[in-house]
Amino acid sequence: MASAQGASSSPRSGLAFPGLNGVLLVGTGVLMLVNLYLIFLVAPTDAVLGEVQRVFYFHVPIAIVSFVAFFVVFVASIGYLVTRKSKWDSVAHAAAEVGVVFVSLALLTGIVWARPVWGVWWTWEPRLTTTLILWLIYVAYLMLRSYVPNKSQGALYAAGLGIIGFVDVPIVYYSVQWWRSIHPSAVVGPLADAGALEPIMQWVLFYSLAVFLLLFLYLLLERMHLRNVEDRLSALRFLSRMRR
Amino acid sequence: MAQTGPVGNTNNSIEVTGLHKGFGDLPVLWDLDLELGWGEFLALFGANGSGKTTLLRALAGQARPDSGSIRIAGFDTRRRPAAARRQVGVVAHSAFLYEDLTCRENLTFYGRLYSVENLKGRIEEVLELVGLNRRADRRVRSLSHGMQKRLAIARAILHQPSLLLLDEPESGLDRDSVASLAELLREWTASGRSVVMTTHNVDLGLAWSSRVAVMSNGRLDFDGAGDYLGVGS
Amino acid sequence: MRMLRPMAALVWKDLLLELRSRDIVVSALVFGFLVVVVFNFALKVSPERVAELAPGILWVAFAFAGTLAMSRAFVREREQGGLEGLLLAPVSRDAIFLGKALVSFLFMLVIEAALLPVFAILLNFTSFTLTLAGAILLATLGFATVGTLFSAIAVQTRSREVMLPVLFFPIILPVLIGAVEVTGAAVGSGPETGVVTRWLPLLAVFDAVFLVICPWIFSIIVEE
Repeated sequence: MASAQGASSSPRSGLAFPGLNGVLLVGTGVLMLVNLYLIFLVAPTDAVLGEVQRVFYFHVPIAIVSFVAFFVVFVASIGYLVTRKSKWDSVAHAAAEVGVVFVSLALLTGIVWARPVWGVWWTWEPRLTTTLILWLIYVAYLMLRSYVPNKSQGALYAAGLGIIGFVDVPIVYYSVQWWRSIHPSAVVGPLADAGALEPIMQWVLFYSLAVFLLLFLYLLLERMHLRNVEDRLSALRFLSRMRR
Repeated sequence: MAQTGPVGNTNNSIEVTGLHKGFGDLPVLWDLDLELGWGEFLALFGANGSGKTTLLRALAGQARPDSGSIRIAGFDTRRRPAAARRQVGVVAHSAFLYEDLTCRENLTFYGRLYSVENLKGRIEEVLELVGLNRRADRRVRSLSHGMQKRLAIARAILHQPSLLLLDEPESGLDRDSVASLAELLREWTASGRSVVMTTHNVDLGLAWSSRVAVMSNGRLDFDGAGDYLGVGS
Repeated sequence: MRMLRPMAALVWKDLLLELRSRDIVVSALVFGFLVVVVFNFALKVSPERVAELAPGILWVAFAFAGTLAMSRAFVREREQGGLEGLLLAPVSRDAIFLGKALVSFLFMLVIEAALLPVFAILLNFTSFTLTLAGAILLATLGFATVGTLFSAIAVQTRSREVMLPVLFFPIILPVLIGAVEVTGAAVGSGPETGVVTRWLPLLAVFDAVFLVICPWIFSIIVEE
C-alpha cells in the first residue's frame, strides 16, 4: 500500500504544461518548413561550391545543437549526483539520446560537406576529431545505461560518465590541435580556409540554428515524457508482481 | 543490563527517523522510524522485496537515504559517515573474503583498514571466538562453506563494533555453528551491544531476539516483543 | 595522512593476492607481447621505419595490456572479497579509490618494465632516455586513474570485457596522444623542438585533472 502511494504521488516529470509539446511540435514543424524554404530558395548559391554548399546550413546548426545537448547532459548529471532526483537523471538520459542522434547527423553531413570543400571525406582536424570522440563517448554512455542491470546504479554511473566525458572535451580538442600542428593533414580545396559569409547567408544560418534548437527542445521533452511513462509502467508491473 | 552502551553516553544504538529510500519511481523504504537501545536484539522478518536488505544497507552506510536521518551510536550517517561505519559490523550474503588469502591474512587486511589496535592479539581472540584458531593459516578457498561463514563473522566483529547487522546469518551454517553463533550473540548483547538480524527462520528469530519487527512495503508493520505475536518462544 | 594507511593495506593485499596467483601480470604480459608481434607483421616494420612506428606500437601494447590488467584486477576484487566489503570500512572512499589506482599503477609499471626489453629486442629499439621514462610514468598514472574509475563501473555491467575499453579509450585519448608524441621525440622520429617541453607538462596537467575528478565521481557513485 505504501508503495502504491509512492508511485502515484511522485511528480509527473517531463511535461510541466500539458499541451506544450503539441504546440512545440506544430511550431517547430512550421518553422522548419520556413527554414527549408530559406535554405533552398532564399540563400544564394555559393559562387565557388555551388548547390552542395547548402549542406552547411544543416551541418553547422546540428553540430552546435549536439554540443548543447551534451552540455545539458553534463549539467543534469551534476544535478542528479547532488540531489539524487530522478528528474535530473531523466533530463540527462533524454539529452544524451537526442545528442547522439544529432552528433551522428553532424558527422554524416560533415562527410558530405568535406568532400567537395576540402577534397577529402575525412580529415583529422580538431573539430571533426573532437566530434568523433564525442560520438564515441556518448555512444558508450548509452551502452553503459543499457548494460547495467540495476537501474539506480546505471543512473549513477551514467552521471559520472556524463561529467567526466564533458570535462574531457576541451582536453581532447586541444591535444588534437597540438598533435595536428605537427602532422599537417590533407586539407585542400577551395574553402580550406573558411571564407567570410555573406550577410544573407549568415542570417539563414542563425535562423536555422534557432529552429534546430527548438527541435532539440521538443525532442528532449518528448523523450523525457516517454521515459516517464516507461518508468511508471515498470513501477506498475513491479507492484502487480508484489501483490501476487 | 547495561543501559549505557559501549560508546559514550548516547541513549540509543540506532535512531532512524522518517527514512525514505526509493529506486527511480519505486519506493523501497517508506517513512520508516526505528529506535534500538543498547543491548537490544532485533529480529527483522519480511517477504523478499519488503526492504529488509535495503534497510540493513542504509544502516551500514551503503545506501544513501532520499530523506530522513540515520544515527548509529549518535553518529549521523550523512554527516559523520566514517565514524558511523566504524560502529557497525556486517555479516551479509557475500562473505567479503579473499579466497586466495589465509584466514589470518584476511583478518590482517580488514584490521588494517579499520585501524584495529593490537591487531595480532585481537585476531587470535576472534579466531578463538569462532573456533577457527587451528585453521588460521589455511586459505579461505580450502575451508567449508560453514567455516567461511564463521570467518565472515570474525571479520565483522574484529574491530569491536557496537552494532552487528546480520543478513540471514543462519543460511549455510551447520547446527553446531548455529549454536555457537547463538552463544556469541548472547554474550554480545549481554555486554550492552546491539544486533539487527534478518532471517527467514521464524523459530530461530523469536528464540534469539529480544524484539521482533515485521516489514512489508517498506515500513515496519509490527514492532514489539516477540511474545505479542503469540507464537514460539 | 589518514589516507595512507588504508592505501598501504590495499596495496599489500593486492600484491599478496597477485603473488599467489600471478594471473593478472602474466596474462597481461603475454597479451602485450602478442600485440607487439602482431603489429610487427601488420605494419611490416622494417629497420628504417622503426623510429616512425615504434612509439605507436609501444603505447598500443601498453594500453591494451593495461586495460586487461585493470579489468582482471576488478573482476578478482568482485569475485573474492568485493568492493562492498571495502566500502563498509570507516575509511574515506577517496582512500579506497586512490589505493586501487595505486595498485593498478604498480601493476602496469611492472608489465611495462617487462615488456620494454622484449620490445627493444624485437624491434631493434634502443632509445631509452629519461624523457621516455617520464612519459611512461605520467601516462601510466593517467591510465591507472581513469582506468580504475571505469573498471569499477564496468565490472558491474553485463559484457564487462567490452565495456571497459569502450568507456576508457575515448576519455584517455589525450594521454595516449601525448605519450606517443613524447616517445616519438625521444626516439627522434618527430621534430623535437618543443614537443617534450609541451607534452610532458600537459600530461602532468591531465593527471592532475583526472586525479581530482575521478576520486570525486567514484566516492559519489559507489553509494546507491
